[in-house]
Amino acid sequence: MLTFDPAIGFSSAVLAVQSAESGLKDGFGTNAIQDFLVGVKPEYVPAWAVPLTAIGIAIGIVLAIVSVLAMFSTWLERKVSGHIQCRFGPMRVGWHGWLQPLADGVKLLLKEDMIPLGADRTLYVIAPALVLASLLGAMAAFPLTETFYFANFGLGIFMILALTSTTTIGVVMAGWSSNSKWSLYGAMREAAQVVAYEIPLGISLLVPIMVAGSFNLIEVSQGQGGGYGILNWNIWPWVNPFMLPAFVLFFVAILAETKRAPFDLPEAESELVAGFMTEYSGIRWSFFFMEEYAAMFLYCVVGSFFFFGGFESPVTSLAESVGGTNSLLHQLGAASTIVLKGFAGVFLMMWLRWTLPRVRIDQVMTMGYKYLTPLALVCVLGAGLWEAFIAPHLWWRS
Amino acid sequence: MSTTKTYEPSISRTEGRPLAGGEREYMIDVRTQDMEVNMGPQHPATHGVMRVLVRADGELITGAQPHLGYLHRCAEKIGESVEWLQYLPYTDRYDYLAAMNNNLGYSMAVEKLMGIEIPRRAMMLRTLCAELNRIGSHLIAIGTYGLDIGAFTPFLYMFREREWMMALFEKICGARLTYSYIRIGGVFNDAPPGWLSEVEAFCDTFEVKWREYYDLLIQNHIFVKRTADIGVITREMALDFGLTGPMLRGSAIDWDLRRDTPYELYDEICKDKAFEIPLASGEKGTLGDCWDRAWVRAMEMMESIKIVRWCLDKIEPGPVIGDIPKTLRIPPGEAYVGIENPRGELGHYVVSDGGKIAVRCRVRGPSFVNLAVLEELMPGALLADTIAIIGSTDIVVGETDR
Repeated sequence: MLTFDPAIGFSSAVLAVQSAESGLKDGFGTNAIQDFLVGVKPEYVPAWAVPLTAIGIAIGIVLAIVSVLAMFSTWLERKVSGHIQCRFGPMRVGWHGWLQPLADGVKLLLKEDMIPLGADRTLYVIAPALVLASLLGAMAAFPLTETFYFANFGLGIFMILALTSTTTIGVVMAGWSSNSKWSLYGAMREAAQVVAYEIPLGISLLVPIMVAGSFNLIEVSQGQGGGYGILNWNIWPWVNPFMLPAFVLFFVAILAETKRAPFDLPEAESELVAGFMTEYSGIRWSFFFMEEYAAMFLYCVVGSFFFFGGFESPVTSLAESVGGTNSLLHQLGAASTIVLKGFAGVFLMMWLRWTLPRVRIDQVMTMGYKYLTPLALVCVLGAGLWEAFIAPHLWWRS
Repeated sequence: MSTTKTYEPSISRTEGRPLAGGEREYMIDVRTQDMEVNMGPQHPATHGVMRVLVRADGELITGAQPHLGYLHRCAEKIGESVEWLQYLPYTDRYDYLAAMNNNLGYSMAVEKLMGIEIPRRAMMLRTLCAELNRIGSHLIAIGTYGLDIGAFTPFLYMFREREWMMALFEKICGARLTYSYIRIGGVFNDAPPGWLSEVEAFCDTFEVKWREYYDLLIQNHIFVKRTADIGVITREMALDFGLTGPMLRGSAIDWDLRRDTPYELYDEICKDKAFEIPLASGEKGTLGDCWDRAWVRAMEMMESIKIVRWCLDKIEPGPVIGDIPKTLRIPPGEAYVGIENPRGELGHYVVSDGGKIAVRCRVRGPSFVNLAVLEELMPGALLADTIAIIGSTDIVVGETDR
């Protein structure tokens, strides 16, 4: 039977690359939604309708997850910034303002959707959708547990990096089509910044990839399990001493990739008004926002998979020993672990945003090209030598 | 004097940005079509409704021209149309962040014309309020400067202390922003019971908090990187443009009207050596850069605290306002009084023909004069630097436009 994967709707190119490179993984056929649909399929429904329906449901779920993530993150951002700044943040709508994102969402939906005169209407309308769609595609490669995922690619991280980079095209389109000089500045800064920081981001991830021997998120996570508990996580210097510097480089790079302070130059509110989204309003504007928060979460999740043990945590181990491997309890433990780890990273990014001033564009470029990229290369070289010559002789690594 | 003198731009287009240690960071000289960008009047970093017409070659600024007048409210003309006392509330409104100082400047000019004596307690309260307001004004200056650079949080911390300062002023005069507390002939009201000890509590807390802000913002590595070597005003430039206040002392020119043309009680304060004039030294980069100006403002806050403490120490009971009639008739003559506002020299030039209304009421606003240097500093800077430069001039558009 022809197997379809939801992510195929987002990027067939990446799929082609992965199937050419490493073939489909074992987990591919065990897509829970598809299995469920095959089980309940009446006789008169043609077989090709099953994967299509699965795609539809999967897109819906990813959309829902991204929306909830963005809503929770906006609430979290406002509370974190509030408490950092000696105030409360939203307090009126619901308990401690937890319904505030819903109220904001309603407001944004009802707001007038304005397209400035002289704007390139087609590009202007497509841009936010493209930005969000590329992120949704990347989210499809994010496994919530070892058996609950939408797409289990052999080159999972490769797909995430490729699709999240695509958001840049949308941002540049938005900036160009807005017919505003501030937007143009924002777009050009975004392009320059993302190109500069893609390199250290990708290279610094090579270090844990080398240690794990896999591009697949689930396999990387499994590689960090084992008898020593959290001491098995990649981040520890006894696993590989180049892992910690690589993580620092990775974290700086994701700050720049997600346009977060101190690298929020594309939207630098005191310089460029609001950067590439100056002219956007209402729901289109909220697409950029959703993308930003979802990207933050996604990158932090990637960081937790590659450096901080992924699904592995004392909670997951406990859930596994109580409920059994792949039981519902185990899956809940794994899912909550990864979500918590992701939000820990998101919190760190928020903390930095509300503490640090913004750097200048030449400093951003200098840092990316002159320092981060060479340092990332040094890390990869060192980690490679360690893996080749020292790691095989370490009893805890065998 | 002609103004055709040209200055060496702080960053030359081909030689690049000067770095510490004599190195220069070279920029590839790729010419693109120049773009004209209107920064303002609706822009978050122009501190009000000012418009800077920026000509930019990509991120590099090749020219900038400030356009003023969006907040013009005919202050001087009003001063020539209403009675002497009635003009006082209008003085609140030009530099609305330092309304006490504006009141003081205008009152002193009129008092000089009248030739009257001010009760000592009134002078104490005036000095105290003016210095407290200087602290509040500098808190805004540094806080919004941090905001321009991208640090949001110190701004709100500083607003917390400013809020306290405003609460103190509310207790003494009933208003939080436009006080009209310092009147011709004294002050409006005596301090309520316990107010002076509250001021002391404010000083105690502020000294602790000041250290926090100094470490969090002024010494922040990114802040230093963004402001050092940017917008360098040389000593020569500072003198030529007639800069005053922290802008001048940021270029290490030792001039402060409080010490050099003492007024009110500053003579005594200087004799007691109760405060110093902080002078920039180019510690983090070139002398006269944006960081130096921010540093001067930060240090001045602590000096103001010292003056406030001196006043708290020396204040004695007594009358706070002389016998001033409701309708003033001022003997003919003219008077100019310049005082050290948080932003520089605020001068009031008043002319009387013996009537109830001034014949001429001219205001020399420090923000307006200091703004002139902007055009000279901008070329060669990056777009983000323009924000840093505008922020470091610490203009209040209410005063530039009046």
